[in-house]
Amino acid sequence: MADKRIVPVVMPKWGLSMKEGKLTGWLVEDGKRINVGETILEVETDKIAGALESTDAGTLRKRVGEPGTVYPVKALLGVIADDSVTDKEIDDYVSSYVTPAVEEGGEGEGGPKYDFVDLPDGRIRYAKRGSGAETVILIHGFGGDLDNWLFNIEALAENATVYALDLPGHGQSVKAINDPSLAVLAMTIVSFMNAMGIKSAHLVGHSLGGAIAMEIAREAKDRVKSLTLISSAGLGSDINSEYIDGFINASSRRDLKPVVEQLFANPSLVTRQLVDDLLKYKRLDGVDAALRALAANVFPSGRQRARLDWNGLPALVIWGREDRIIPASHAAAATGAQAEIIDGAGHMVQMEQAGKVNALIKAHISG
Amino acid sequence: MARKISMRQALNEALDQEMSRDPAVIVMGEDIVGGMGGEGEKDAWGGVLGVTKGLYAKYGERLLDTPLSESAYIGAAIGAAACGMRPVAELMFIDFMGVCFDEIFNQAAKFKYMFGGKAETPVVIRCMVGAGFRAAAQHSQMLTPLFTHIPGLKVVCPSNAYDAKGLLIQSIRDNDPVIFCEHKNLYGLETDVPQESYTIPFAEANVARDGKDATIVTYGMMVHRAIEAATDLAKNGIDCEVIDLRTLSPIDMDTVLESVENTGRLVCVDEAHPRCSIASDVSAKVAQEAFGSLKAGIQMVTAPHTPVPFSPALEDLYIPTAAQIAAAVRRTVAH
Repeated sequence: MADKRIVPVVMPKWGLSMKEGKLTGWLVEDGKRINVGETILEVETDKIAGALESTDAGTLRKRVGEPGTVYPVKALLGVIADDSVTDKEIDDYVSSYVTPAVEEGGEGEGGPKYDFVDLPDGRIRYAKRGSGAETVILIHGFGGDLDNWLFNIEALAENATVYALDLPGHGQSVKAINDPSLAVLAMTIVSFMNAMGIKSAHLVGHSLGGAIAMEIAREAKDRVKSLTLISSAGLGSDINSEYIDGFINASSRRDLKPVVEQLFANPSLVTRQLVDDLLKYKRLDGVDAALRALAANVFPSGRQRARLDWNGLPALVIWGREDRIIPASHAAAATGAQAEIIDGAGHMVQMEQAGKVNALIKAHISG
Repeated sequence: MARKISMRQALNEALDQEMSRDPAVIVMGEDIVGGMGGEGEKDAWGGVLGVTKGLYAKYGERLLDTPLSESAYIGAAIGAAACGMRPVAELMFIDFMGVCFDEIFNQAAKFKYMFGGKAETPVVIRCMVGAGFRAAAQHSQMLTPLFTHIPGLKVVCPSNAYDAKGLLIQSIRDNDPVIFCEHKNLYGLETDVPQESYTIPFAEANVARDGKDATIVTYGMMVHRAIEAATDLAKNGIDCEVIDLRTLSPIDMDTVLESVENTGRLVCVDEAHPRCSIASDVSAKVAQEAFGSLKAGIQMVTAPHTPVPFSPALEDLYIPTAAQIAAAVRRTVAH
């Protein structure tokens, strides 16, 4: 059965709670040569729509998945193989394919595997994946949560222990931020590391999370092995203040959707569910006050307050070329760091071009 | 964190969290604690459907068991609201509102207007609505349109536990009188509900299902029938958008109009009687504002213009079904 020459294309598992996804369409025809990283089909989940990148090279021999159909995670959608494989072997492979059960990490009902930890500043929600020797901590940005890493956490966990958490005021963590400053948020991450028994970690920060990572590098350098700064705050003073204000003030789907669309190069990735989930978060008591206080402190008068660096640590800077929140030109400030600007992506480059971002982070961490 | 709880538990949690947050919140109604004069088992009842169960143990006399006189305690709740409390009065069945119309229509709804904006009446009147409970003609009506007709009243009717909690908290914090309608057949329905307090703004409809061929507008239990119909129609290639109005006054016509501009077809579903209903109100507004977008005549699916029958067989015929909704959608797409 395990014919190494045949590679299945399966419904991906994007995010901790994904059980199924809809194949919205194929981007390539049968018989096409596929390169590693080439997008081959499009999938829509209840969270987000996205393109699946091939992990292997070969010829797309057979498309099995029908566009418009919902498939469980890991269901067979197509077959990639080299030309030495016969059509009969392909057909036999397809007919004998059994969709593996999705591992649940010991939780009944397939619920998302999150945990909570009580820190001095309050309760923090986090997810932990993988068991590699290196530890990676993913820090989301303003208004985000740990699901911003839904295309990254599993991939990075293939050879590392990966944590993603909700910052105070965000996601399902404590909503009150006593002192909404970078320093306090940085200390929350350090307390989190203490609580988890993490001596030092590779920090991956997105947007505001990048500025927090640099603040940790300044205040607690010995706890940081490397930095990955994605569309990061802290490298220049520009920020799209209309986005920040719009995000804070929007209370309806109609108001919020165009705001959130600015995060992506391809606005059609913003599904109704994504907007609804954000609204559900924004409606929670305390969120509005936390976001306003945080924005007033770190982005006063629509400019970034802090100018930071990586304190001599190995640093990787990643930007989406079409970032409409913090301009990709800020990557130029990153002298001495590896800077990568990725086409076809906006501010949420780790979601829009997950394959490329994951590969860069993996190489950076192992380097 | 979110977990699945029933609408009954979600309402209980909303009351609990608001009573804990704001000492001005009080709860009054028939049998909401243990029944008048009940000794020993004071927390036994929790209302006829158990929504207030457990609150007496926490908040004691901020829960008032009242005599069987709706006009007396609804009047008391409105008076208390005008004097600075935030009462939540449980009226059991919306059908009993009739004896309280002066307090609700002429007093609560008019204070702010008649006192030049200087008086506020932050009262919530919770009540059960809808048929299908074998409770006969005087305990089964969907009287939502009566209240949407009155300026100064807000009217809410959630379809699920998440909306119920957020809308009840919003209702309690709102400074105007709110008629909060709970469908009897939805109390046991479980959905994901965050443990934390949250509010859902009024006049913000929920698009319960995306679709491009026809728009179904409804609220309350009919949302579930409409989704059932839409799921069925999808098998035949008809893709329906389902809009859950959530609040009937104020009403989110923007979402309805935007949807009809995309689909060109409208089916309004209402468990109320057909004349002067939410369905006829939405239909009229769309005909007025978006006539140019319509590709077919508007369809309405409502209960008939009769009292709710006691006979179970007839009662089941009385309530609009998914099949009737699907048939109405098919009539619009036939054009």
